Amino acid sequence: MERGALNPHYQSSLAAHFDIKKLQFINESAEATQTLPEFAQDPKSLIELYKAMSFLRSFDTKAVNLQRTGKMGTFPSSLGQEAIMVGVGAAMQTDDVYCPYYRDQGVLFQRGITPSKILSYWGGDERGSDFNASREDLPLCVPIATQLLHAAGVAYAIKLRKQARAVATMCGDGGTSKGDFFEAMNISGVWHLPLVIVINNNQWAISAPNHVQTITPTFAQKAIAAGIEGIQVDGNDVVAVRALVSDALTKARTGGGATLIEAVSYRLCDHTTADDATRYGDKLALEKAWGIEPIARLRNYLHAKGLWDKEKEFALQKECSTQIEATVAEYQAIALQKPTSMLDYLYETLPDALQEQYDILEGMK
Amino acid sequence: MSEITLAEAVTQALAYEMAHDENVVVLGQDIAVNGGVFRTTVGLLEKFGPERVLDTPLAESMIAGISIGMATQGLKPVAEFQFMGFIYSAFDHMISHAARMRNRTRGRLSCPLVYRAPFGGGIHAPEHHSESTEALFAHVPGLRVVIPSSPARAYGLLLAAIRNPDPVLFLEPKRIYRLHKQEVPDNGEALPLDQCFILREGSDITLVTWGASTNESLLAAAELLKQGIRVEVIDLATIKPLDIVTIINSVEKTGRCLIVHEAARTCGVGAEIAAQLAEYALTSLAAPIKRVTGFDTVMPYLKLEKYYIPSTERIVEAAVELMEYQ
Repeated sequence: MERGALNPHYQSSLAAHFDIKKLQFINESAEATQTLPEFAQDPKSLIELYKAMSFLRSFDTKAVNLQRTGKMGTFPSSLGQEAIMVGVGAAMQTDDVYCPYYRDQGVLFQRGITPSKILSYWGGDERGSDFNASREDLPLCVPIATQLLHAAGVAYAIKLRKQARAVATMCGDGGTSKGDFFEAMNISGVWHLPLVIVINNNQWAISAPNHVQTITPTFAQKAIAAGIEGIQVDGNDVVAVRALVSDALTKARTGGGATLIEAVSYRLCDHTTADDATRYGDKLALEKAWGIEPIARLRNYLHAKGLWDKEKEFALQKECSTQIEATVAEYQAIALQKPTSMLDYLYETLPDALQEQYDILEGMK
Repeated sequence: MSEITLAEAVTQALAYEMAHDENVVVLGQDIAVNGGVFRTTVGLLEKFGPERVLDTPLAESMIAGISIGMATQGLKPVAEFQFMGFIYSAFDHMISHAARMRNRTRGRLSCPLVYRAPFGGGIHAPEHHSESTEALFAHVPGLRVVIPSSPARAYGLLLAAIRNPDPVLFLEPKRIYRLHKQEVPDNGEALPLDQCFILREGSDITLVTWGASTNESLLAAAELLKQGIRVEVIDLATIKPLDIVTIINSVEKTGRCLIVHEAARTCGVGAEIAAQLAEYALTSLAAPIKRVTGFDTVMPYLKLEKYYIPSTERIVEAAVELMEYQ
């Protein structure tokens, strides 16, 4: 039987009908496809977004180098997905709560978390998740899609206390195959939670392309089954990402319930430094994706509007390098935790049963 | 004051703490309108409303996961899993997040939550409804595993679990949910966690047990006294972290240790107790440590479960063998 050919000879009526919209403001040719949203009317905010994406790319490049030279552990770059990271982070208000997955350094920078915390985390130090800002945000989350349920729980606490705050969370395209993904959407629909779930559809879950995860033409339509709004956005268009996430958060804060946003982008890097995408990657698609990547797109747009030039770019790159070097220096200056720290935070108070093991650790130098 | 069952003591503790701490919320499948399939949450919806007594969709991973998010916001969720046999899809959240949120954020966030689940066999329930897998959870660093064995201990330990700033798995032995009644003053007084309870003093054998097996253990102790064997019965109560000190003190007095648990033998909590006694109290032992446990097999369905669950007879027999050891 062909797909969609179920009992074609019966008469049936339309029980429900759905469609999935897609949002874009600045297209692949760096041209505005419609009037930009209000925030983007101010050139300053566009330049801020551009700078944040550029910084993120410099940071990711440096972090990969740190791993390659043995100065840090495994690291997941967000190369090519900067518009999603920066757009989501920039859309949030300070007292909103963010529940990241593991590739979310770019969102966390927008949340005020100092970059050395991220290096610290991937460098093998738990204190990296003891954020200096946005201290209600959850730590980077490695087990796939679990953070979506935590986000739903945070959202319920906010709703219970009748606070005008919202929660945002993100997972990758692979994360949509997990039960937790559906369970989170479902509960946020049933309980009408102030939650925004973003899918970073970068086309790859390590080596698995999207068609290994699903046969649906979009990930956004998965929201339909949960009864929440689902919408797609050009994930290489930072203006569109910021605008859409901002609208969804406003909706959440004002009692409008949850939204699923699929941001379509492309992973221009390996999954992590432990991965080699040349083993499975699609060379042609990768080349094509470099042609529509988010940073060049906004830069070209700014150039065309007379808001950016080579001198400004040179100055920005210099500024990024200086900042990154300072971040690395900060990271490398962090003194090792005491071995006992592995027990200090396990429980609020060390149980008597662990005292002997604590003493062993205390004796270690 | 009227006497109440263990199940009613659970309800009493939940109601007390909800009345005294607005951060406590109760959630789970069929717990609000229906009052729980074991009726342990009866009346809470009427008293505290649908915002704090939440019927959830049927998804255990979801129940575990949202509880974590709530807890990081300072709520104190008490989440019920309908049966322990269905808890495994929630294990990811327990081990990967609830048990380590404090550690991985270096104290910035924590998970003051309670996961409740009825466990154990003996009520002629269907497949997957009768398991005792507390050892799986006891192995997880950062989790507390607490098992009450009387109405008073259910009340006091559940209050302590809710007030505890870290995640607690609170396993309720359903075989004794309604077996005994006891006066339990609703005074909000918690019992200490991380401590054993000596249920009966004796000088010949230290019998360590928990949950529903305390029932057969106490019956066996009474039987053994007729033969002149004085058994000290210790209810472990907090499976993890383990209060080995109380057990060692007892073994130093008796010189013999019998461990009784319903769970399968291999890598059961009894193995940990035996190992610690071997490490810290070997010279006090006059006989090898003995275990009476469930068998290393799948929990049998209802027709054979009585052969699986440690019986009073098996416990008496093991105790006599311990006394006869030369």
